[in-house]
Amino acid sequence: MTSDATPESSQAMRSTPLHGLHEALGARFVPFAGYQMPVQYPAGIKQEHLHTRAQASLFDVSHMGQIAVRGPAAALEDLVPGDIAGLAVGQQRYSVLTNDAGGIIDDLMIARLPEHLFLVVNAAFKDDVRRHLEHGLGPACEVEMMDDRALIALQGPAAAAVLGAIEPALARLPFMAVSELEIDGSPCIVSRSGYTGEDGFEIALPAAAAERLARRLLDHREVAAAGLGARDSLRLEAGLCLSGTDIDAGTTPVAAGLSWVVARKYRDGVQAACFPGAARILDELHNGAPRVRVGLRLDGRVPLRGGSVLYDAGREVGVVTSGTFGPSVEHPVAMGYVERNSKTPGTQLSVSIRERTHVVVVAALPFVPHRYYRP
Amino acid sequence: MLRYTTDHEWLRTEDDGTLTVGITDYAQEQLGDIVYVELPEVGREIAAGELLVVIESVKAVGEIKMPCAATVRAVNETLADQPELVNSDAAGSGWLARIEPADASALEALMDDKAYQDYLGSL
Repeated sequence: MTSDATPESSQAMRSTPLHGLHEALGARFVPFAGYQMPVQYPAGIKQEHLHTRAQASLFDVSHMGQIAVRGPAAALEDLVPGDIAGLAVGQQRYSVLTNDAGGIIDDLMIARLPEHLFLVVNAAFKDDVRRHLEHGLGPACEVEMMDDRALIALQGPAAAAVLGAIEPALARLPFMAVSELEIDGSPCIVSRSGYTGEDGFEIALPAAAAERLARRLLDHREVAAAGLGARDSLRLEAGLCLSGTDIDAGTTPVAAGLSWVVARKYRDGVQAACFPGAARILDELHNGAPRVRVGLRLDGRVPLRGGSVLYDAGREVGVVTSGTFGPSVEHPVAMGYVERNSKTPGTQLSVSIRERTHVVVVAALPFVPHRYYRP
Repeated sequence: MLRYTTDHEWLRTEDDGTLTVGITDYAQEQLGDIVYVELPEVGREIAAGELLVVIESVKAVGEIKMPCAATVRAVNETLADQPELVNSDAAGSGWLARIEPADASALEALMDDKAYQDYLGSL
């Protein structure tokens, strides 16, 4: 038996503050963005996925970058299409860092805290983002890469009750709100957000406090550990992009179906946009992008994987960027880019997998409805 | 007689001289949750080392190679709807295909149970 997963060198591989806990829980590790990360625990990816949608799962996402930006909040508007000046303290916004061609360097969360902006970026792009921020923000802002930190995601319908048992106010935190507070005497930044489509939280805290909190959460019988495997199938069912895979330096926010990250003040022309690639992105907002991101499903059980080329009546019209089997929907789920004439849900395309032709149907995203907490 | 390959396939000799092929418990455990099994056409002749079966789990794609030159005589159709049988019963109802080897002595070079257990221990 051979597998197509190419093992990265284990040399200089970093581990997260929860590595020992993962080992104790029987995790299987894979290299991911320079880190040894748990891909699954003994329960397996499917079970971890289903448990997240049914109850709650704890994910270690400490490999992601945590960045503090100090200076005028509006300065970040030179680098992202979102409204940052108008972001209230205690609110968080999803955004993207764009390049001069309007492509996406990385997607990120931007939270406004009383004293500074708190950014969470993808592990694989930490260094790129740091350089881009330092260069783009200039001397008016200080960019601090926060090391020795952990990030724990608690995701699923039981998450609010579990975290609320530790800190009652957190159960009432609305989706995309952020709160700074002490848990067990450690300063935590808690946001009501996640990467699964479910209600949930992301808790950023000092590395030294991470295992204690993780164990406290896992002590609740509703909570089980889940790895990167389930995280990937959950986010795919939820129609959420993986940076570097579904969005990259060659895809614009409009092509990616993320037009909503462009602030209304730019769309309405109330304020001139100065983020990189603004001209192209605003043009695409009005005139459409040549190719756009869509959901894809396939009849039968063969999973569509990234890289497969999509055809419409023999003509190449797109490509699959990521795909897997969706345990909740019980069929393969994928996303990719197609020419805009082929983007309507229900459009039938074809794909060749190991020399067999399969019918692929363009599907609306998400595959599973989001269940965010919006009181 | 049960034999094993270094690729973690098992082969069982049936009374009619055909071989039933499956993957070992170790292999299914490594693959994780299996969601799709692509089986060959019955009647196809496949050379040693060529692709026999593709097994896809949530995260990985496993390729099962033909352990010896052979003709496919039957495949486990149940796996089309229940690929998870390979996880739950790799040595039994999760069998993959039945093949007729071009050379009946093909199995002799393969590992017996003890040799395979030693091989697993060496990994």
